[in-house]
Amino acid sequence: MITADAIHFAYGDRTVLDSVDLAAPHGEVLGLVGPNGSGKTTLLRTLHASLRPRAGTVLIDSEQLTTLSAREIARRVAVVVQETAGDLPLLVSDMVLLGRTPHRSGFARRGREDEQIAAAALTQVGALHLAGQPFDGLSGGERQRVLIARALAQGSSHLLLDEPTNHLDVRYQHEILDLARDLALTSDHTVVVVLHDLNLAATYCDRVLLLDRGTVVAAGTPDEVLTPPLLEPVYQVAVRRLELDDGFQLAFRPLITRTPQRNSR
Amino acid sequence: MGLPVHELASGETPVDLLGLAARRSRNSLVVTLLGVMLAASTVLCTAVGPVWTGPDDVLDVLRTKLLGTAVEVDQTVEVIVWDVRLPRVLMATAVGAGLAVCGAALQAMVRNMLADPYLLGINSGASSGAAATILFGVTLGLGEHALSASAFLGALAASLLVFVVARASGRITSIRLLLAGVAVGYALSALTSFLIFASGSAEGARSVMFWLLGSLGLAQWGAPLLALGLVVAATVVLLTAWGRHLDALAIGDETALVLGVSPARFRTRLLAVVSLCIGFVVAASGSIGFVGLVVPHLARRLVGAAHAWAIPVSALLGALFLLWADLFSRMLLQPRELPIGIVTAMVGAPFLLLLIRRLHPGA
Repeated sequence: MITADAIHFAYGDRTVLDSVDLAAPHGEVLGLVGPNGSGKTTLLRTLHASLRPRAGTVLIDSEQLTTLSAREIARRVAVVVQETAGDLPLLVSDMVLLGRTPHRSGFARRGREDEQIAAAALTQVGALHLAGQPFDGLSGGERQRVLIARALAQGSSHLLLDEPTNHLDVRYQHEILDLARDLALTSDHTVVVVLHDLNLAATYCDRVLLLDRGTVVAAGTPDEVLTPPLLEPVYQVAVRRLELDDGFQLAFRPLITRTPQRNSR
Repeated sequence: MGLPVHELASGETPVDLLGLAARRSRNSLVVTLLGVMLAASTVLCTAVGPVWTGPDDVLDVLRTKLLGTAVEVDQTVEVIVWDVRLPRVLMATAVGAGLAVCGAALQAMVRNMLADPYLLGINSGASSGAAATILFGVTLGLGEHALSASAFLGALAASLLVFVVARASGRITSIRLLLAGVAVGYALSALTSFLIFASGSAEGARSVMFWLLGSLGLAQWGAPLLALGLVVAATVVLLTAWGRHLDALAIGDETALVLGVSPARFRTRLLAVVSLCIGFVVAASGSIGFVGLVVPHLARRLVGAAHAWAIPVSALLGALFLLWADLFSRMLLQPRELPIGIVTAMVGAPFLLLLIRRLHPGA
């Protein structure tokens, strides 16, 4: 359970988040959506103390985030961040084992238990066969799964993902989010995910928080939030909602078109 | 008829799903082999010199000195082995190991595989301190240790300066550290050159050679050698223990943070440890280049990039490398001694080129 209350954040004079409230309960996927610069990534970062808000509080399972050390936070919250391994040719198994870092003091060598946890995490994301390969040789989808495995190996019950579907093809986009949803449902994790694709949010999120210029426009189920009247002013785009048997999908057009629509020739 | 699977799997060795046990045993073999090679090289390099003493003589001297066993040893041989060569050989292992592990740690810290221990201007600080002592007789009342003490103080002052500059706006980042190190290094080199020119002493020119290219010629038994050995050993142990934190930092600040390693705080600690170690090394042997740059790359090729392995293997390889480089520097143009930095550069540079080609096979 992650609760944020009246979060205020600013870079210099520029306010990025203004009294934002957030509640992400166990066993649910919360999606953070909004246009570029709406503050969704900044909000995600305040949830694991990568950024410290000017005002407001963040609670992890009713513990104040500010009272926890970096290591204590890492035991409670796992974050999937997009960073390449640089020039360091680490193996996938090393990468996943790094997830055990917050559980071991510097001098303790990693034990069999850590290796079993890492192997289980890789199995869970279907990437055990990659264990012996160098991480920087993997494809985008494989990397993403390995990074999620590292987050799983952390053994934290809260998982934060920042645009995990970036640069992935359709199949992997759905695989990754299906995995995240499965974690919430079967392992009772709290999952918070920043998403650009509103249709993915509609399909995989239990709740959605719609941000615009640092404030919450709406919060609720995808059905309540992802509606043309709410989305159109925020994104400045024409939205049509198509109801399907198992939910809905959104279709977008520019408000003012420069070119005639292809199908209206 | 077959045993149930769970009974087969209940043996003492669980299935090695990640392939880590295989790597562990392979890497342990590498470490053992390097350890044996280092021990053998120590004896061999002590035996070789203008006066050849057999390895058995070396072992005899060691037995007499260390175990107190009375063995017939020629007095001259004993002096050569124990008083002249052994301290030098031990200093070579300590300096080589120290340079190599500090290079590996710095490469992770600034996330740049071309970083080396002198990146932070520490050697320039040491040479400034030493130049001040030689040229102006600033001895600080330390007598015979004045030179290494002032070099050490210079090294510490330089790293402190780098630290303060890099920290200017609160946090130490990789790029700021790099730039601060380069700037402070250049400034202090200029200061050293200025001091030497201003004094116009011949002694100064000779010492420039020492500080620029390094030498193990000053090695002798005593507190400085002991201190060097202890500091290097402690650095190797500490950096090995910090292996996973180094891995995380090498990937990125954000990754380190989400794994519970505060990047700014860890970088500060690393900087303190590395500066201290390099300060001792430079005070003892001047600036010996290429060891800290090249050896970590070789270590990673041998045992992989994870620092828990790469650090101890760097230490062993660095010690071996410098031991043999020093032997060449002593023997190549005897009776004159070649500055050891020339040997390490001659071996290290082509080696680095080879590594670069191998690093990007497609390019």
